Amino acid sequence: MRGSLWAFGAAVGAVIAVSTGLAQSDNPVEEYRRMLADPFANPGYLFVDEGERLWTEKRGPKNASLEQCDLGLGPGVLEGAYAQLPRYFADVDKVMDAESRIVHCMVTLQGFDEAEIRRRAFSTRDRKSELEALVSFVAEKSAGQRFSIPLTHPKEKEAYALGEAIFYRRAGPFDFSCATCHSNEQARIRLQELANLRKNQEAIGAVATWPAYRTSHETVRTLQHRMFDCFWQMRMPDMGHGSEVSIALITFLTKNAEGGEIVAPAIKR
Amino acid sequence: MRRILLAAAAALACTASAIAADPPRDLPAISQERLLEAMKRSFNYERLTPELRARLEQDEMQRLCTEYRNDPPAEVADRIMKAALESVVFPADGKFLGDWRRGERLSLDGHGLRMRDDPRRGVGGNCYACHQMAPQELSYGTLGPSLLQYGKVRDFDPEAIRDAYVKIYNSNATVACSTMPRYGAQKILSIEDITHILAFLFDRESPVNKE
Repeated sequence: MRGSLWAFGAAVGAVIAVSTGLAQSDNPVEEYRRMLADPFANPGYLFVDEGERLWTEKRGPKNASLEQCDLGLGPGVLEGAYAQLPRYFADVDKVMDAESRIVHCMVTLQGFDEAEIRRRAFSTRDRKSELEALVSFVAEKSAGQRFSIPLTHPKEKEAYALGEAIFYRRAGPFDFSCATCHSNEQARIRLQELANLRKNQEAIGAVATWPAYRTSHETVRTLQHRMFDCFWQMRMPDMGHGSEVSIALITFLTKNAEGGEIVAPAIKR
Repeated sequence: MRRILLAAAAALACTASAIAADPPRDLPAISQERLLEAMKRSFNYERLTPELRARLEQDEMQRLCTEYRNDPPAEVADRIMKAALESVVFPADGKFLGDWRRGERLSLDGHGLRMRDDPRRGVGGNCYACHQMAPQELSYGTLGPSLLQYGKVRDFDPEAIRDAYVKIYNSNATVACSTMPRYGAQKILSIEDITHILAFLFDRESPVNKE
């Protein structure tokens, strides 16, 4: 069943990729938006459904569901939770983003092995990630809501400050920082337009459209993956999933995208 | 007509200047040590090879340009440029221009030095990621200036060739805290590779200098 769902998702993705290229429309942006809004055309919604199954089914060594997971608004409260993450969690005395918190719940409620979840956090050609589906499900419960993270606890402020410092930190063989590509006006890498992530509107366009089904990856990718992939392009070593740096950057970027309406799951190249 | 244009420009300016949400107040200061510790923890420093560990640390230029957010005071800029110029190693045979065809391939090639990149495939210069070069190539980035007609508009001047070599070898010799990678100084490209790219910019037969 899982395999056939996967194949179906890939097939739908291929159809979308083709039809996007051939779409005859006076306004391609409108056409694209219409496609994004159509739950039957975006394979990301298959991941939402799969995520719901993984959320509600009793699984893991403790044979428990994730329904009592506290994403910041109380155990079991899903609506709007993603719009207020990352945030500080007193039970772990740490700031967590959505993905880290879901992993935390899988470990504490279901008894799964954390290192194993993280090792499988990103889908590969032959291994599907459960986390990508779970994040899709959780994020979709905040679709249409606006980002508003608390940023009142000292550790939340520290995460923001650390994220900002990392954004400007140059390192690696190419001397790149995040700001190298993402603090300019109307710049491109080849034909790819680059968002100025210091600006509210552009940060919204980038941050509020994850998680997204990526047609070129044939799976849903998340903000954690976006951070990982940028560091890879910057010629840095592999960023740890749910690492302090990843959560700090996501905190900084989500605050920059404050007020942005969440489009989840979106669909991207 | 002029009025309409002005109004349109004003409207554009308003959209463009939509500033970031107010940053939170009372932010703690993040020291360089704190930052490096976070990087090490987050990138599994203990498990990395020495070469990969070094990528997490900063050299003098990276540290200063981070500290001043790429806008260093004059005396710091002078210091960075002087050190960069001293790092430049010129071709032993004094020949700056290699094979423009190989230079073109290197300019198009963005492969290399990423995790899991195959070292046998070599390392490209990836110039097109940021620069326009030959007019036929439409997939070019705009982070750097257009290099169309680069040699021709400089009359193929040997002095300009030498300047461009220095710029590619260590961009900080020309502009302190340049965005461009230090291809020679950071051992991204070999001296020979740089002469091929210079030929792509300066050879009279190179498409860069054709219409």
